[in-house]
Amino acid sequence: MSDRQTAPAPAPAIELINITRRFVSPTGKSLTAIRDFNMTVERGEFVAVVGPTGCGKSTTLNLVTGLAKPSAGEVRLMGAPVNGIDPRVGFAFQKDALFPWKNVIENVMAGPLFRGRTKAEAEKMAKDWLARVGLSKFLHHYPHQLSGGMRKRVSLAQTFINEPEILLMDEPFSALDVQTRTVMHEELLKLWAERQASVVFVTHDLEEAVALADKVYVLTAGPATVKSVYTIDLPRPRVVSEIRYEQGFIDYCKTIWEDLRQEVETSYRRASEAA
Amino acid sequence: MTDTTMDSVSTLFRPGTSDKEIEAAALKAIAARKRTVLFWQVTILVAIVAIWEIGARTGFIDPFFYASPSAIGSRLYEWATEGTTEGSLWYNLGVTMEEALIGFFTGSIAGIVVGVGLGQNKLLSDILSVYIKAINSIPRVVLAPIFIMIMGLGLASKVALAFIMVFFVVFANAFQGVREADRDMIANARILGASDWKVTREVIIPSAMSWIFASLHVSFSFAIIGAIVGEFVGARYGIGQLISIAKGTFDAAGMFAAIVLVMVVTLVAEYLMTLVENRLAKWRPQQSLDTH
Repeated sequence: MSDRQTAPAPAPAIELINITRRFVSPTGKSLTAIRDFNMTVERGEFVAVVGPTGCGKSTTLNLVTGLAKPSAGEVRLMGAPVNGIDPRVGFAFQKDALFPWKNVIENVMAGPLFRGRTKAEAEKMAKDWLARVGLSKFLHHYPHQLSGGMRKRVSLAQTFINEPEILLMDEPFSALDVQTRTVMHEELLKLWAERQASVVFVTHDLEEAVALADKVYVLTAGPATVKSVYTIDLPRPRVVSEIRYEQGFIDYCKTIWEDLRQEVETSYRRASEAA
Repeated sequence: MTDTTMDSVSTLFRPGTSDKEIEAAALKAIAARKRTVLFWQVTILVAIVAIWEIGARTGFIDPFFYASPSAIGSRLYEWATEGTTEGSLWYNLGVTMEEALIGFFTGSIAGIVVGVGLGQNKLLSDILSVYIKAINSIPRVVLAPIFIMIMGLGLASKVALAFIMVFFVVFANAFQGVREADRDMIANARILGASDWKVTREVIIPSAMSWIFASLHVSFSFAIIGAIVGEFVGARYGIGQLISIAKGTFDAAGMFAAIVLVMVVTLVAEYLMTLVENRLAKWRPQQSLDTH
């Protein structure tokens, strides 16, 4: 694990304390997405969350952004309760949420401009970030002219340019092909190592979770609650394309998969009963 | 469309043909296709005009009711050079255009503003939706006599009619466009730090823009309809008034001449609008660009 400066405990980056989140449909039926959910993410820690599909993984992220409010329990960021959208938070979406009418550099400039930077400053920062993700030659392309991998890199630059201390990622690479995804994993780890942000990475891909994270949270089939937490003690810096052949990695995957499989089966059984 | 041109090119090349030759051949094929399209477009027009003219001269088509292209042409020439019974042609055309354009601009701006506003306010739109549906179900032209009664024979009544015709089309599209704006994109803008106003201006309006433009194309001809129908019902000048007078004197050529005039004006406006749209929508994948 990276040597983090765990000085006499500053408050953790993210705390979810006994969170419950219910949705009420217009017809008055209530659905509990997450229940009695507890999670702590230390500063600079990379946490992955895995669980069966539709179990409420994304809901947890929305609670941290402040876009949604918990029905019960408390969400704390850096020791203070969440109140609205927090400027220290960055979010990477599953499908790309770039603005199609803005070209690459305008998309990346959006964050600083929204936050009141001048155009010149924003442009300088954007160029810098686009160079870092290797897209300096595509400043004036529009999103539809780029490949899926390139669009994802633009999204990452768009998110990272605000220098978030807390980075939330909702299956950000699930739409990419396997090769591109591996490349993106490397880039993400590189950017993360530079910035030392706290990351919550939601995925349904267990290998991805183990390869990237310090800790893996396994969630139960919905309503989601934490089933178990695994600390991944693989050395950093990691090379994602090679780590998958190491015995330690394989052992982690096996153990966690055993755990996760029961939940996946439960989730499938319920789905087929409901059908 | 592009697919077929690709197919027709990529068929028979000997092995060893260079990329340059293939590209040259492709360009040639595209140019040839354009010529074919243009050729048939012109041919069809010429054929229709010719059949009409010959039919009218031989008595196969009754020129009293259907006029003839030459009569329409000479009537247009006469109007343009000597003026109409109601004064100069250009003045009359100007009156109609003024009514239509004012109605078009005010109607579309109001439609966009109200559509975007209501699209973002669920409660208000739920409350008002029943009234909007009710008003929308009125065939707009029945309002013409009322507007003329209230606002008189002049400009205002025609502008009001053009406005109301344009407003609802643009409003409905703007409203729908706002509703279709991508949730994730809005969330993304908010998390990146956008204020409500910035979200509206930089995310919601641009994403509704393709809906709005679709409605602007139709609504210009709606504005013209509004102006002309208003003039039918009561006016002193304007193309509608010319048609109305031509009808009163059984002047078929006059009526068709006015129609041709309006057609040309609308086509020009449509063309200009497409130019503007293409400029604004240069970020979109190129597919809707070749409407001509």
